[in-house]
Amino acid sequence: MSLIKWLALIPFIGLLGGTYFANKVTPYLFGMPFLLGYCVIWVVITTVIMVVIYKLDPRNREGDAQ
Amino acid sequence: MNAALIIIFAVMVLSICLGIMAKKGKDMDLEQWSVGGRGFGTIFVFLLMAGEIYTTFTFLGGSGWAYGKGGPTYYIIGYGCLAYIMSYFLLPKIWKYAKENQLLSQSDFFVSKYKSPYLGILVSLVGVVAMIPYFVLQLKGLGIIVSESSYGTISPTIAIWIGLAVVTVYVMVSGIHGSAWTAVAKDILILVVVLFLGIYLPIHYYGGIQPMFEAVEAAKPGFLALPDSGMSPSWFVTTVLLTALGFYMWPHTFGSIYSAQNEKVFRKNAIFMPIYQLVLLFVFFVGFAAILQVKGLTGPDADLALLKLSIQTFDPWVVGVIGAAGILTALVPGSMILMAASTILAKNVYKVIKPDLSDAQVTRTARYLVPVVALIAVFFTFKGGNTLVALLLMGYSLVTQLFPTLIFSLMKNNFVTKAGAFAGIGSGVATVAYVTITGETVGTIFPFLPQAIQDFNVGIIAMIVNLIVLCAVSAFTKSTAVVNTKAEKAL
Repeated sequence: MSLIKWLALIPFIGLLGGTYFANKVTPYLFGMPFLLGYCVIWVVITTVIMVVIYKLDPRNREGDAQ
Repeated sequence: MNAALIIIFAVMVLSICLGIMAKKGKDMDLEQWSVGGRGFGTIFVFLLMAGEIYTTFTFLGGSGWAYGKGGPTYYIIGYGCLAYIMSYFLLPKIWKYAKENQLLSQSDFFVSKYKSPYLGILVSLVGVVAMIPYFVLQLKGLGIIVSESSYGTISPTIAIWIGLAVVTVYVMVSGIHGSAWTAVAKDILILVVVLFLGIYLPIHYYGGIQPMFEAVEAAKPGFLALPDSGMSPSWFVTTVLLTALGFYMWPHTFGSIYSAQNEKVFRKNAIFMPIYQLVLLFVFFVGFAAILQVKGLTGPDADLALLKLSIQTFDPWVVGVIGAAGILTALVPGSMILMAASTILAKNVYKVIKPDLSDAQVTRTARYLVPVVALIAVFFTFKGGNTLVALLLMGYSLVTQLFPTLIFSLMKNNFVTKAGAFAGIGSGVATVAYVTITGETVGTIFPFLPQAIQDFNVGIIAMIVNLIVLCAVSAFTKSTAVVNTKAEKAL
């Protein structure tokens, strides 16, 4: 877990650092301006990363009925 | 009375009924009233927190910004995403501590961690001062929605009074239970409305989403990305970071953390919240669609983009449904704010000044403060001339100043002393106040710095001042603090 949770830093780097390079209108991503599409990609990546962290976090293994 | 108005009033009545019914079978002590007896599961907590995303700011302001500002609007998607990542690690800790110590408000947290009721007063006042503009913003949005979707037959002033009466009644009766049930109705309605508008309008007017963006790009080249100066990438990055840090620092959001049943609720929500955010895309699409269809909305009028385009496109009954959804986006956050403000004023300010009050008296005081806070907000709504965005950003800069003190208090060895906490929050808030009143920016204070740094969100400066003062004062008062703890242990 301790190593896995560093995955959570990736979206910070991608969204904050990447903006300087992704700031353009074309090419269109999923029909959206490049920068907007870029943000959307990071939202999706964030969700995937949070699923991975959730699954590997031993604290979430206990049953739902607590 | 047209179809739009009938639908709007029906929804208002429904939300009062939902709000009052929510009380059923519950003994309303302060714990039930303000944190729902700590019994809310994943879905209620999700909706209360999602209430934070779909306020009138996003509904009208988000589409208004897309219309008036273009690219910079994307920051709204970025900050939520980062805030939810932090929530996974942060919220369970806050919740657990709050439960162990029976805390009811955000101020309680600081009081308990730093063992200082007076720090609680400072935190409460910062919170209330920040929430008033946030509440004013909801009321302004409410006024706009009702007057626009009633085709001008009801003035914004009357609309604001009616809306205010609705919130005040159900908050006084049902507390947070009322908000949770109205949040259910709100999220279903808003989801349907936003998806419909965001898909239908681009297709109706442009034949699709990409053709719409191509048309906007052809008419206004570069509008869909960030400009080179002003709201440049530097502004974007610092604003995303600041608002992400401030996200859970609002007293009403912080208070809704306590309402959860267990800490797992937050970790589960951290998965779904980012993806749920994408619904905002459709709000933006409406604003972008309006650019070439509704011309000439400038300044604060840009907030009207969504409603103007809807009125121009649809029959009155559709406008009524849209207006009703918009009203709920004002009522839910509005009720949460009212409740949080009254709770902290009663418990963390009044009770500290008059310590002999019983719990029942504090609960009663909190309830009677609801209309008082509401009236203060109305006063500012009719008096102030600010735009929605300016109001929100000021509130955000204020609450974000609580972040460093909070984070350090969660660490195992907190080096921050009571005096350091006071000085840090105080200096950060003073900086925000100075900057807001004088209208200075990083560029006007430090004109010799490169443009990229001049565009930094000015809240960053306040945050840095806050951190430096916090560390310096803590280091300076550390020795006495250590002596005190030793003395306490010796006793």
